[in-house]
Amino acid sequence: MHPILADPRRLALYLAAWIPLVLLLAGVLASTGDFTWMQAGELTVPMAGVYAFVCLSAWYLCRFLPLKTSALFYLLVTVNAAAAASSAIWAGAIGWAMAAGLGLEAQYLRQRPILFGAGFLLFDLAAAFHYALIAFESSRQAQERAMQASILAREAELRALKAQIDPHFLFNSLHSISALTTSDAAKAREMCVLLSDFLRASLKMGDRERIPLSEELALARSFLAIQQIRFGSRLQLEEAVNDGVTGCLVPPLLLQPLVENAVTHGVATRVDGASIRVEISRAGERVAVRVENTFDKDARRRRGGLGMTNVRKRLEVCYGDAASMEVREIGDRFRVDLRFPAEASGGPAQEGDTK
Amino acid sequence: MNVIRAVIVDDEELARQVVHEMLLPHPEVEVVAECANGFDAVKAVAELNPDLLFLDVQMPKLDGFEVLELIGPDIAVVFLTAYDQYALRAFEVHAVDYLLKPFDATRFDAALGRAKERLGTKMPPPVDLAAAARAPSEYLERIVVRDGPKVDIIPCDRLDYAEAQDDYVLLRSQGKNYLKQETISNLETSLDPAKFVRIHRSYIVNLERIAKIEPYTKDSRVAVLGDGTKLPVSRSGYARLKELLGET
Repeated sequence: MHPILADPRRLALYLAAWIPLVLLLAGVLASTGDFTWMQAGELTVPMAGVYAFVCLSAWYLCRFLPLKTSALFYLLVTVNAAAAASSAIWAGAIGWAMAAGLGLEAQYLRQRPILFGAGFLLFDLAAAFHYALIAFESSRQAQERAMQASILAREAELRALKAQIDPHFLFNSLHSISALTTSDAAKAREMCVLLSDFLRASLKMGDRERIPLSEELALARSFLAIQQIRFGSRLQLEEAVNDGVTGCLVPPLLLQPLVENAVTHGVATRVDGASIRVEISRAGERVAVRVENTFDKDARRRRGGLGMTNVRKRLEVCYGDAASMEVREIGDRFRVDLRFPAEASGGPAQEGDTK
Repeated sequence: MNVIRAVIVDDEELARQVVHEMLLPHPEVEVVAECANGFDAVKAVAELNPDLLFLDVQMPKLDGFEVLELIGPDIAVVFLTAYDQYALRAFEVHAVDYLLKPFDATRFDAALGRAKERLGTKMPPPVDLAAAARAPSEYLERIVVRDGPKVDIIPCDRLDYAEAQDDYVLLRSQGKNYLKQETISNLETSLDPAKFVRIHRSYIVNLERIAKIEPYTKDSRVAVLGDGTKLPVSRSGYARLKELLGET
């Protein structure tokens, strides 16, 4: 479909662009002395009205001869030949018929070269205009495609980052349940329920952009409750949560990888166990999350730390420079600090002021 | 029937409990110790000399493979882990079997059966085990040394140099000497060649410890370490050093 005919607004703009050209042509004709201004207007306005649509055909020519891939000489010859042909028909036949209708045959015949020249130039102008339009359209499409691609890539990345539940956690938990089935059936059932809660909650998070911090906290708690059964007294938990902040919206699986890391890095490396402390508070306009655990400094560094890398990336994707993540070792304590903008669930400003 | 003396090593109590339970129908197996970490395992093996070890891989202090490296080849080992990526390594170090958690009694009995067959057969010496226990294309991050029931861990960046002494190597780290039953060539291949260089038939040195190189005789030189220790540098050793340090 023709890009100008397809869009009424563009058509109106295109026709408006013809007005000064018509006035110019009428002026030229009037200045020859053969026509009065009135006569020149009566002749050129309908002629231009017809020609404006004739010139739209330049689009097909432009599409047939793309600027980038066509030989320049061939292109110039073809476009100018088309301009000459359409102008000849216009100035020769259409113009003649209209001039005859107005009883201006003699004057018309004298000034026909001017009209032919004008028609030729107008067609070339239209061709140039269409080339510009095509270039504009294609660059806009390229931009749109690039944007779409980056959105898709970002979504794919987020999905990939979210699906990071460690399978070994599942196997170890199932092994604990298997142990409990004979020694403590009630506890085995409790662990089944905890594990199901955890799985259900983490599966649900896959396709959500933001969740309330309270949900994220619940996920981390059920994860820790399972680990508590696995490790028993070797795992001590502490929590300091400002309830005023838990309504804030956060990207899913922000906290859980941190407590998971605290377990694998801390409790699992120490013979006498470790403590994990989770703090959530407000720092001005931002939410501050701190996860701290004791760990064995001599323990072999665990390779990867994929969960932590993912948290960092996700913060970056979601907040850019507005968020920060800091990882520190202080003596035998390992500390991760997150800071990110507090987005209240009811709208950006409300919750912040009530607290 | 002879009694089989077994040790269970796992840092999770519930996991140890599973092994216990699955051993109930097998009165010929006696559990002589339960250990919650690698240190205790090495100690228990040294003191009790068991026949069979149920060994977790992921543990505090020493992992299962390091335990195996330290205790030698005379014990049948069944690995227990939730990680399937160690299976290949486990068989390379001649583990009897490799049980993936969670497992059932049928699978456990099969492993126990294989262990019984294996009891009494000799296995390769520990040095080969150590090399095989390390994943290929990976250099040592730390060296484990056993002295009776005592285990020392030397992180490689704290190792100053190693000196060959017959079938042993003397490891110097933070002012202390450690003896490990391993050849110096074997040690050389397991250390990161960007950080350690064999400067002499009998010496490997940590590049970072070298303060200067001084001429000694017409053909040889000595490397002076930061603490003043002097180590001989052979001609080929000097060539390797120059290459590593980028001199022309």
